[in-house]
Amino acid sequence: MMRRFDDKRDGLKEQAVDLHDAELPDAEFEEALKDFKSSVHAWSDAAYSRPRTVTREVRVRSWRLAAGWAMGCVLVAGSLSGGLLERQHRLDLARIAAEQRAVEQQRQQREQQARAKITDEVLLAEVDSDVSRQVPSAMEPLAQMMADDETK
Amino acid sequence: MPQSFGLNRECLRIVGGVVNLHPVRASTWVMAAGTALDAMAITTADDAAAREFAHVVERHRPQIFRFLLSSTRDVDLAETLTQECFLKAHRNWGGFRGESSAMTWLMRIAINLQKDHWRNRRMQFWRTTRTNSVDLDEASEWLPSGESSIEQQLLAKERVKQVWTAVKGLSERQRTVFLLRYVEEQELSEIAAATGLSEGTVKAHLSRAVAKVRLELGGRR
Repeated sequence: MMRRFDDKRDGLKEQAVDLHDAELPDAEFEEALKDFKSSVHAWSDAAYSRPRTVTREVRVRSWRLAAGWAMGCVLVAGSLSGGLLERQHRLDLARIAAEQRAVEQQRQQREQQARAKITDEVLLAEVDSDVSRQVPSAMEPLAQMMADDETK
Repeated sequence: MPQSFGLNRECLRIVGGVVNLHPVRASTWVMAAGTALDAMAITTADDAAAREFAHVVERHRPQIFRFLLSSTRDVDLAETLTQECFLKAHRNWGGFRGESSAMTWLMRIAINLQKDHWRNRRMQFWRTTRTNSVDLDEASEWLPSGESSIEQQLLAKERVKQVWTAVKGLSERQRTVFLLRYVEEQELSEIAAATGLSEGTVKAHLSRAVAKVRLELGGRR
């Protein structure tokens, strides 16, 4: 499974010319390789021990989380206070309407009470007086005719 | 393992007491005790394997990362491939028979992952051509803080850059063999085991790589 490099495909046999042994690096070449190795090691050590960006992402995420929570709390608080204000406003309106209704009822009651003070007798007296004043005037032409006949 | 043995003895002692109290159900309790002991043995074996693998990770991770970094010149990619390497190793840790050293086994996984990555990237060429590999100047900036003078450091930096240029021009196999030999300082037999090549082929690849690097260094002089 792991054997990815195929020797035969390269045409490189085991008995290939041993160029590595034949071309041993000179001192300067060895120095260059040494510097190269040291450079790679230094780079790798620095990269391996560098602070990971994950920390920053976590910090950003936590900041975003806190901002999200704060925003959510503000929204909830706003909704609750808005709801309470609206409820209070409606209660005030209802209270004012109730007061107005009570005033109106009191006024109507006072009127009813005032009307109730007029007794039936007073009412009948008024009616009789009206009738007594009207009936003679209504019979007056007939009485006048009777008077005329008597004079004749 | 002393700890598991102690637990087993304790378990047997407890189970033994129960058997004495209930002689009629003795066979049932003994069977239950055997099952419990098997489970405990498996658990302790898993713990031991996990501890052993953690030790392997701690010991070899920097080297695997260094090889992948020098191969890709991409810190993020090297970290990703290192993670994948140890994830794959963890999944197959039970199948590791110790025929080669753990380092060789891990390096083999890392080489294959790197090879797969480059193959996939070639397939994705038309989708994206972006690469995070640092350029050679930046890669050459890294030098150990020695006691050498500024002139010597500049010279070393120039040499390192030339080697990087040469390494960039190597074929994948030559580069792998070259880095394993001259950065990781592995023996030819270890390189052969890690790459799956014969030692003769490793030598051939290495000699060609060295010739190219020498040519680069000589040509720039």
